[in-house]
Amino acid sequence: MNRIDQRFSELKQQGRKALIPYITAGDPAPQYTVGFMHALVEAGADVIELGVPFSDPMADGPVIQKACERALKQGTRLVDLLDMVAEFRQSDTTTPVVLMGYLNPIERIGYEIFADKAAKVGVDGVLVVDMPPEEAEELGPLLKARGLAAIFLVAPTTSSVRAATICAHGEGYLYYVSLKGVTGAATLNAEDVAEHLAPLREMTDLPLCVGFGIRDGVTAAEVAKVADGVIVGSALVSRIAESVDTPETIAGQLKSVLAEMRTAMDA
Amino acid sequence: MTISATGVSETVIKTRFSDLTRMPDARGHFGPYGGRFVSETLSFALEELEQTYHSLRDDREFQAEFDRDLAHYVGRPSPLYHAERWSKSLGGAQIWLKREDLNHTGAHKVNNTIGQALLAKKAGKPRVIAETGAGQHGVATATVAARLGLECDVYMGAKDVERQKLNVYRMRLLGARVIPVESGTRTLKDAMNEALRDWVTNVDTTFYIIGTVAGPHPYPQLVRDFNAVVGREARRQSLEQIGRLPDALVACVGGGSNAIGLFYPFVQDDAVAMYGVEAGGDGVDTGRHAAPLASNAPRGVLHGNRTYLMSDEAGQVSDTHSISAGLDYPGVGPEHALWKDVGRVSYVTANDKEVLEAFRELTRMEGIMPALESAHALAHAKVLAPTMRPDQHIVVNLSGRGDKDIMTVAKIDGTEF
Repeated sequence: MNRIDQRFSELKQQGRKALIPYITAGDPAPQYTVGFMHALVEAGADVIELGVPFSDPMADGPVIQKACERALKQGTRLVDLLDMVAEFRQSDTTTPVVLMGYLNPIERIGYEIFADKAAKVGVDGVLVVDMPPEEAEELGPLLKARGLAAIFLVAPTTSSVRAATICAHGEGYLYYVSLKGVTGAATLNAEDVAEHLAPLREMTDLPLCVGFGIRDGVTAAEVAKVADGVIVGSALVSRIAESVDTPETIAGQLKSVLAEMRTAMDA
Repeated sequence: MTISATGVSETVIKTRFSDLTRMPDARGHFGPYGGRFVSETLSFALEELEQTYHSLRDDREFQAEFDRDLAHYVGRPSPLYHAERWSKSLGGAQIWLKREDLNHTGAHKVNNTIGQALLAKKAGKPRVIAETGAGQHGVATATVAARLGLECDVYMGAKDVERQKLNVYRMRLLGARVIPVESGTRTLKDAMNEALRDWVTNVDTTFYIIGTVAGPHPYPQLVRDFNAVVGREARRQSLEQIGRLPDALVACVGGGSNAIGLFYPFVQDDAVAMYGVEAGGDGVDTGRHAAPLASNAPRGVLHGNRTYLMSDEAGQVSDTHSISAGLDYPGVGPEHALWKDVGRVSYVTANDKEVLEAFRELTRMEGIMPALESAHALAHAKVLAPTMRPDQHIVVNLSGRGDKDIMTVAKIDGTEF
């Protein structure tokens, strides 16, 4: 069983909700990333989304854009990310890792080579922001054949016809984007989210995880009441941005932000 | 100059190109290119746009309104002008200029913005946004927005805001807000990123008027369709004025909208050779250029479509270089990518130096000051014409006028105002 499915089934038995932090790999420099991943797990992360930096992150707001710029300035490449996951796996064999990014870096490496390497180093899922299911005909089956989950987004504006397609193709979990706009834009409305999740529940057994607009323990706890998982990105990455000059303090800060959410969600 | 200056008389084209008029397929693919590679957050907006466009594409009332605006607001048809003196001095084929520079707002861009603004009006969206490089598309968008009373925000790379001050002020006079984009390379591609971010946030009220034949489906198709008036006219005018079809067509290619506009109605005319001229910058061999097709850049995905894309080995999009802001783009419209692969169009380059020479030559010999973008096409015509006979004919798309570039050229001449 894929680590993602394993983790969600454990959480279900425990009656808990997944806490899924996102960080951009290589931010503020590649040597810190694996340490941050371990720190996130210690603070209660159930799944880690590791961002692949891209020169043109069209779906992201300024916080993640700047993280990408910092990581790219340090020369972080997709192949380096795969090395990071391999290093992470030396001491953590259970926490699922999902790579999240844009298609072009994968396109450049080559789909098959990427899928092979990702499976080999212990990646569990891949979320390509600019690859909806209709454009995943080639990469999707290659991932599936290697036990890697192809994870897709669902938006508040997604029609029910499209939602059905996405549910049919999705694996691991569904990433529900809680609001219109880019990452880090505004604060979400939990009631609104609940309303949108209800029809998705009818369509799929996949865990429904919610991202975009989760800033603190209060919003995380609200979302955890209606969803199976809570994804937090910009709130963590903005801490990294504030402390680029004192990188040794970042792991501690990430832990405290995440731990607050964990406590609020489990309460 | 990296060109394939094949004499057209020797060129025997055997491929039948009738399939090329049936592109894209239902999902926006041009062979392996195009498509709709966007975040799910944009899918709804694109589906809505596709429905709007498909319901109006063959609607006679809509087409009549579009044609009326092109005639009375833009001033179409634009002339096909025989550049006799320049042709004679080059000593070869006759060069005909398709005078898109004489359109209202001074470039071909307005054909598309008129069409898309009509779509925005039908869709009931009170606000339009656009990305712009040289500022021509921004001006054309601000113009139609003013006319229809739509709110208008234009995203422009900070580097381009600096080098195209005149157009920035024009847009402001027209009532548009120009938003300088400081991210990335601060040029056209970053402006497009920011416009997409705006659209996904304000999709209920906003129509995104993309300025070129790139972007997610259905943009490459609809921008092509709105610009194809250029080629339809040129075809008719050639038959009237030359008495037959031309032997070759030449147009500059950044994203590729003016080239598609000219080429598309000729795509099945196997005997008509076509040359798309990309920005050679400092020269393709220096790596400092904006010529994804001519330099054989790898395939990649950016701004919603798969195409030839200049990127490094890690898949990060490359910085581009060109004297003309309007061609300073690392990708190219997906239909051009297909036309390259099937051999329908030859994609070549002209470097900055050659472009300036052509700019000066046309200005002095014909009294027509071309945009630096269009001067790329002229630079290639200059190479091509002498390889052909005087009874052969080349149609060059003079896609825009050069007033906006006077400051750039003056600076190179060392003239300060």
